[in-house]
Amino acid sequence: MTPHRLADPAPQRTSELIATGDLPTRARELLHAGFRLALVAGHDDGHALRVVYAFCAGPPDRRVELQVRLDPAHPAVPSLAALSFPASRFERELADLFGIEPVGHPFLRPLVRHQHWPPHWHPMRGDAGPTPPMLIDAEPFPFVPVEGPGVYEIPVGPVHAGLIEPGHFRFSVVGETILKMKARLWFVHRGIERLFEGRAVADGVVLAERISGDTAAGHTLAYCLAVEDALCVETPTDAQLLRAIVVELERITNHVADLGALCNDVGFGVAHARALTLRERLLRLAGEVTGHRLLRGAIRPGAATVRRLPTEAELAEVGGLVDELVELATSNTVVMDRFTGTALLSSDDARTIGALGVVARASGLPVDARVAHPFVDFGPGLVPIVEEGGDVLARFSVRAGEVAASLRLVAELGGSVRSLDASAGDVGRRSGSGMGIVEAWRGTIVHRVEIDAGHVVRCKVVDPSFLTWPALSVALADTIVPDFPLANKSFNLSYAGNDL
Amino acid sequence: MTATLAALGAASPGIWARIGASVLQVAAVAAGGPLLLGLMGKVRARAEGRVGPPITQGLRDLRKLMRKEAIRAEHTSAVSGLAPLVLVASGAVGAAVTPLVTTRPAIAGGADVFVVVYLLLMGSVALALGGLDAGTAFGGMGSSRAMTIGAISEPALLVAILALAVQAHSSNLPDIVAASLAHPGWLASPQRLLALVALVVVVIAETGRIPVDNPSTHLELTMIHEAMILEYAGTDLALVTVGEAMRLGLLLGLVANLFFPWGIGGSGGPLAVLVGLVALGAKAAAIATLIALVEVSTAKVRLFRVPELLAGGFVLAVVAVTTGLVAR
Repeated sequence: MTPHRLADPAPQRTSELIATGDLPTRARELLHAGFRLALVAGHDDGHALRVVYAFCAGPPDRRVELQVRLDPAHPAVPSLAALSFPASRFERELADLFGIEPVGHPFLRPLVRHQHWPPHWHPMRGDAGPTPPMLIDAEPFPFVPVEGPGVYEIPVGPVHAGLIEPGHFRFSVVGETILKMKARLWFVHRGIERLFEGRAVADGVVLAERISGDTAAGHTLAYCLAVEDALCVETPTDAQLLRAIVVELERITNHVADLGALCNDVGFGVAHARALTLRERLLRLAGEVTGHRLLRGAIRPGAATVRRLPTEAELAEVGGLVDELVELATSNTVVMDRFTGTALLSSDDARTIGALGVVARASGLPVDARVAHPFVDFGPGLVPIVEEGGDVLARFSVRAGEVAASLRLVAELGGSVRSLDASAGDVGRRSGSGMGIVEAWRGTIVHRVEIDAGHVVRCKVVDPSFLTWPALSVALADTIVPDFPLANKSFNLSYAGNDL
Repeated sequence: MTATLAALGAASPGIWARIGASVLQVAAVAAGGPLLLGLMGKVRARAEGRVGPPITQGLRDLRKLMRKEAIRAEHTSAVSGLAPLVLVASGAVGAAVTPLVTTRPAIAGGADVFVVVYLLLMGSVALALGGLDAGTAFGGMGSSRAMTIGAISEPALLVAILALAVQAHSSNLPDIVAASLAHPGWLASPQRLLALVALVVVVIAETGRIPVDNPSTHLELTMIHEAMILEYAGTDLALVTVGEAMRLGLLLGLVANLFFPWGIGGSGGPLAVLVGLVALGAKAAAIATLIALVEVSTAKVRLFRVPELLAGGFVLAVVAVTTGLVAR
């Protein structure tokens, strides 16, 4: 089934099957040419395992896929960890979920796999079967101990005092200063990718909407773009404009909530209360626009529907309230003192780690998939908001700037919309592989699907959180323990999107 | 000891009346503390545009906690059980001897500024030991932070009150209050104003309010006070909560009466005591409202900035004492 697909990718995407041994050379060439490794997907084709490496760059929008077929007796790939840090993470994922050995990986610890998983059980393998009973007596995760006079460990989570997602953080601390922080995630691994398998493409939408609850529109759009890429669907411009508007609404709502939450984490409750009021207003607007407060149901393969568009007056009013909120926070000297210089992520570190989205832009990297991989003409108004500081303040400012920019963008895009219900019609029961890239509010989401006769064979999801989580640990060096919640909130990465 | 006996001997309003007044003071502080916390929460909520929980929520929470079982963490010693008791007991004794509703509570002669400050300190130390007892990272972290802050705030508290003692020529709190009552002009004196600012800073730190600590946070790693008491549950937690609320009531009552003594019952009868009670409630509520309003307008400072803030308070207190000595 693959040869047909390999011959016929979308115009900006090339895909080729190469020999496993050629992988490092080809990957090096692409990385040096300015591509980033956006996605690595394992595939169990039944007779053999296959791995797809998706590299992308832009503008102009370029996507290159390298595929390798593995030896069924001993599935292994040469590790790209020395070339790319994201590759090392993807390889650990492959090792856990598919049992593919990344040969030459420098630090092959479990990533997705929790210690109570039975040994040699790789849930993404075709023959994995139903979930086996979990081990009760399991070895603890091999945290690297930090030794020295006065160094102690603080274990936090996965159950926290507040209502946040589960994650375990292991701090090695001297006094109040953090020496090392290791985040242990994958407590909410639900096997989402496996759940996609065998679904009709239209039914994949409900799953995509639930990958990360706060990014329903972003993930759904990435899924739909991937499906349309795979099935060569020509989505009407109106649908693309409506989708862009819905995704921008999601960005505005979540950024507003984050602006308030950052203030709350420094005990500035009045700004938080205002942000919550504003967020509720935006959720109601979302409910009126799409029929769902979390923007579910508006985006479907080949189509988009809204009930109405936000009016210019509504957008202007929200803009005014956001300006007031930002002014309230930034005019408070204590808030500014807490934000400034806290949890610094240098531009070099952000680039090396492959951080995406708000975090990357706050560290001076102008990465934005709306510019690099546009699915619709965003017009000249779209300029990535970039800050150089790399601290909490920079991440706050990027969010504040993006809210204002997105409000303008929604108004501009809304002016071009001619129909509130646009569809390419039935996407059909065709086959193919495709990739969808979306700049959601957290950062760049990439989905890659393989479809056989209208049913999803495999859907690989990469949430920006997966690539950005390691940056949090780096940014925490020399931060004090009581500033961790603020630093964590300024990154505000998804646990569910990361754990899948 | 002699002073205590002398005070007992000089029972002008009658020893039973004075004991009654002291009991009333303890009850007022125990019930008033949670109400003051509720009031502060309400003021904050209103200022932020929220409805907020009712003012009596603190008392309701206490009733709920009292009905629950006190579950102790594994491997804890007797310290865990004793710490809340010591906290409440020290607060109760402090409330009994401090001039809150009357300038002549029982054992008024023993109500030296050092006694009251060290009673408060005793409660803090007990709580810090209780935090350490379970051996968890959070308890230790909270205790360490609380002691760091206490090490600066307690001396500042002492020195700030000392500035008033210098003025009144007595370190006995009832005497200071009585002298303040007799000299209303003192309020405008520089050492009083300096001491007032210093004392407010200390009260904010000692009661764990913003900008020092955030009592409503759910972020374990930023907690100071809450981190210490994470292991407490049920009746133990109720005692800790009462103890902390009493500490707030006592400190606010102390500030109110040291600086604005009007209305406090003197050697009069039950009516004077009743007026004193109402006056105390009104004054403490006014100060609590002001603190809550300040809280709304500011954020929590970085942990390492807290000592700077408190050192500022300490310096003000020292300047207040010096001014007082020079002015004599």
